Amino acid sequence: MPKINLSHFEAAFLFALFTSVVMGITSKKTDKERLNYGAYCFACFLFALFAIGWIMKLGHG
Amino acid sequence: MAAQTTTAASPQEGSKPASTWILPVLAAWVVPGGGHFLQKKTGRGALILASVGLMFFFGMFMRGMMFTPDKGDILTTLINYGGFICDIASGAFYFAAAMFGYAAPDMPGAVHDYGTKFLVTAGLLNILAMVDAYEIAIGKKD
Repeated sequence: MPKINLSHFEAAFLFALFTSVVMGITSKKTDKERLNYGAYCFACFLFALFAIGWIMKLGHG
Repeated sequence: MAAQTTTAASPQEGSKPASTWILPVLAAWVVPGGGHFLQKKTGRGALILASVGLMFFFGMFMRGMMFTPDKGDILTTLINYGGFICDIASGAFYFAAAMFGYAAPDMPGAVHDYGTKFLVTAGLLNILAMVDAYEIAIGKKD
């Protein structure tokens, strides 16, 4: 079985992508709402990823 | 007066028999997206299968740890049992991995840690898919 070494960003990006797809599908009732909600979740994940990353960088100095 | 009493809905009226939803929910557990395939929601089923499957495989490729139901102090027990339930929720992926002898030990390192989280989250996402399959089966959703 292959072994992969993803960076923090790559792993968090993939996590955000897969989670957003399933949350979009399971949370809303029409396809348009699902697409919008999935995109919204993905954007929130990425925003949190960058925001928390910067907070940790600035916090460590 | 009599008409008023008959219009009041009893709590049982809205509930569907288990036979209408048990098969889609079981199918959704065994094969992620299976409950949607069974109810002719092919596109959504394929997306769930791809997302849960890729999440699980990436978790394995990063050598994430599979939880076992071990007991210890209260926090250890909670983590181990919770993680085990989430791992099992991936259905066929979990059983296939266990059958082929996948057993990565708990190692320090960010990549292994991400792998463990990926394996657990794959199961959690499949639980969401099972709930969705249930709601479609009882007619709450399209």
